Amino acid sequence: MNKPMTNHNPFKTLLARAGIALIASLGLSGGAFAAAGAGLQQANVTLTDVASMQRGARLFFNYCSGCHSLEYVRYSRMAEDLKMDPKAVEQNLIFTGAKIGDHALNNMSVEDGTRWFGKAPPDLSLEARAKGVDWIYSYLKSFYLDPTRPLGWNNTVFPNASMPNVLWELQGLQVAVTRPGSGGQDPHVERLEIRTPGRMDEQAFDGAVRDITAFLMYTAEPAALKRESMGVWVLLYLAFFTLLAYLLKHEFWKDVK
Amino acid sequence: MAGVFASVGNWFNERAPGLLPFYRKHMTEYYAPKNFNFWYYFGVLAFVVLINQILTGIFLTMFYKPSAAEAFSSVEYIMRDVEWGWLIRYMHSTGASLFFVVVYLHMFRGLLYGSYKKPRELVWLIGMLIFLALMAEAFMGYVLPWGNMSFWGAKVIISLFGAVPLIGDTLVTWIMGDYLPADATLNRFFALHVVALPLVLLLLVVLHVFALHEVGSNNPDGVEIKKGPKGNRWSDKAPADGIPFHPYYTVHDLVAIGFFLLLAAFIIFFAPTFGGWFLEHDNFIPANNLATPEHIKPVWYFTPYYAMLRMIPAKLPGVIVMFLGIAVLFLMPWLDRTKVKSIRYRGLGYKIALGLFAVSFVMLGAVGAGVTAETIPVWFGAEADVTSIENLFGRFWTVVYFGFFLFLWIYTHFGFEKTRPVPERVTTHE
Repeated sequence: MNKPMTNHNPFKTLLARAGIALIASLGLSGGAFAAAGAGLQQANVTLTDVASMQRGARLFFNYCSGCHSLEYVRYSRMAEDLKMDPKAVEQNLIFTGAKIGDHALNNMSVEDGTRWFGKAPPDLSLEARAKGVDWIYSYLKSFYLDPTRPLGWNNTVFPNASMPNVLWELQGLQVAVTRPGSGGQDPHVERLEIRTPGRMDEQAFDGAVRDITAFLMYTAEPAALKRESMGVWVLLYLAFFTLLAYLLKHEFWKDVK
Repeated sequence: MAGVFASVGNWFNERAPGLLPFYRKHMTEYYAPKNFNFWYYFGVLAFVVLINQILTGIFLTMFYKPSAAEAFSSVEYIMRDVEWGWLIRYMHSTGASLFFVVVYLHMFRGLLYGSYKKPRELVWLIGMLIFLALMAEAFMGYVLPWGNMSFWGAKVIISLFGAVPLIGDTLVTWIMGDYLPADATLNRFFALHVVALPLVLLLLVVLHVFALHEVGSNNPDGVEIKKGPKGNRWSDKAPADGIPFHPYYTVHDLVAIGFFLLLAAFIIFFAPTFGGWFLEHDNFIPANNLATPEHIKPVWYFTPYYAMLRMIPAKLPGVIVMFLGIAVLFLMPWLDRTKVKSIRYRGLGYKIALGLFAVSFVMLGAVGAGVTAETIPVWFGAEADVTSIENLFGRFWTVVYFGFFLFLWIYTHFGFEKTRPVPERVTTHE
C-alpha cells in the first residue's frame, strides 16, 4: 500500500513559519509605525517629483490649511525648496494674511478647534515622520459616510476620527459595504465604494492624494531634499580617505614581523 | 622651519618638562601587542564617537531651548532654520546609537579575550562605570527633544525609582521636581546631560586609559607580553612582542576610523532615523501627558534590560533583576576563576556559554523592542496568546543571561574547565 505523500509535515510547516517570521521581523518593530494597522496602501511618493509636491502644496493650502497648520514650515523656504515663485505663493497659497517669511500657521484657535471637532486639528508639519506616508495616503482615501458620527463621516484607517472628508468634492461620496458582525459585534467594513462620483475619477483622486502625501513628506524633513545628494560626496570622500589610510598603514606595517 | 619647531619645543621643555615624557609614555613608548585583531578597534572608535558627541553637542546647545514649552520646536528650528543644523543633529543622534554599538562590541571583546582578568580588573571596573554613566547620559539626552516618547520614556524609567521601599514615591517626585516629567525635569536633565555627566565620562575615560597603560594591553592570545622576552627595535627593555602605539596603531586605527565614518555617514545621510530604531516615530509628536504612545519602549540599546524588567511580574523584583543584569558584569573578574584569558585556549564550555550569552542579549533586545510581540502571531497564528508566549520566551533568555554567570563560576571554581596550553609568545599578526 502506497501512502500518499502529504504536505503536512509538521517540521516543514515549522521551518516555513520560521522563515516567514525571520523575513517579517527584519522589517518590523522598532521600525514599525505605531499606527500602522494592517492593509495600508503604499503611497509610493518620492522627493524627486517637484511638480507633485507643488500640486500637493496647492491642494494642502486649499483643502487642509483652514484647520491644520504647518507651524514649522516657512512659506519662503517652501517656495525656494519647491521651486515656486514667492509672489505666486503669496497670492495663491497664503490665506491668512501672513508674510512670505512667516510660518504657515492658521487662524483656528485651539479652543475653537476643540469645541468644533472634539479635538483640535493637529499640526501636520511632522505628520509624515510620526505616522508614515503610507498612513497619510491610505487615511485620506478611506473616508466613508457614517450617519452615526457627529459630522457624518468615518474612516477605516482611523476609526471614529473626528475629521470629516474635506476632499469629498474631488473624491465623491464613499460608503461602506458592511458584513454583519457576529455575536453582537459591530458590523465589519468589508470595502468602500463610491456612491456619488466627485470631480475626479479614482485614478485622478489617487494622484491628488499622492501629491498631498508627497508634500507632507517634504514638510516633515526639508533637509531630505539635499541630504542624499550631499551624502554621495561625503561617502566618496570618506572612501578615498580610508583608501589613503589603508595605504599609509600598509607602508608603516611593512617592517612589523 | 625645523629650527622654529625645535626652539618652540625647547621653550616648552624648559617650562613643562613633564609633557614630553607623558606623550612618550602614552603614545610613542606605549608598547602594544602586535597581534591586535578586528575586536581591538572598538575602544578607539568609542573615543571617536565621544569626541563627536561633545563637539556636535556644543553646537546643539547653542540653539536648543531646555524648556518644556520650547524644546520640541527648538529641535525643529535646528532641523530647518539653523544652517547645517540638521547635519549636526543627525550626527549627534546617530552617534548616540553608534556609541552603544561600539561599546557593546568593546565589552564583548573583553569577554572573548579575558581582558577583565588579573592584572586588568581595575580597567574593567572603570569601564563598567563608564557604561553606567553612558546609560544615564543617553537616557537624559533622549528626553531633551521632548517628543512624546521622550516624555513617556522618562515617566516609565523615573517611576522605576518608585519601587524603592518606603521612600519610593518621594524619590520619584524629587527626581522629577514635579508630579510628572515637566519643565523642571527637562531643565535638570539638560544640566546633567550637557555638563555633569560629560565631565564624569571624560574623567572616567582618562582613568580607563591610564589604568590600561599601567598594566599594558591584553591581546587575542591572552599572552602577557610584559612577562615575555624583552627587547625590540625601539628599546632593549620593551616587550619583544610589543610595537609603539604611535605610529603603528594610530595608522592602523585610522583605517578602522575611515570604515566606521563611512558607515556612520551612510546612516546620517541616507537613513537618519534608521527605520525608527535610532529616532523613533512617536518622538516626532510633541510630548503630551494625555496621549500615551501605543507601545512605550526605550531606544534599542536599553531593550535587553527593559525586557528583563517586563518579564518579571512584580515591580520591585523586576527593577532588582534589571539592575542585577548590569551589576553582575562588575563581578566578572571574580566570577571567572580560570587563569587562561583568551577564548582561543579555553574549554568548550566557555565557548558555548559565551555564545548563548550573546544570543540571550540579542533575544532580550528583541523582546524589549517589541519584535517578538509582532512576530509571535506570524509563528503561532493570529489567535496565539502573545503575552504568555512572549513571557515564556523572555524569561527563558533572562535565565540564560544570568545562567552564564552562574555557570561560569561553577565551571571555573570547581575546575571543570579543560583549557589548552597557552603559547609563550603571541601567535598571529599580519
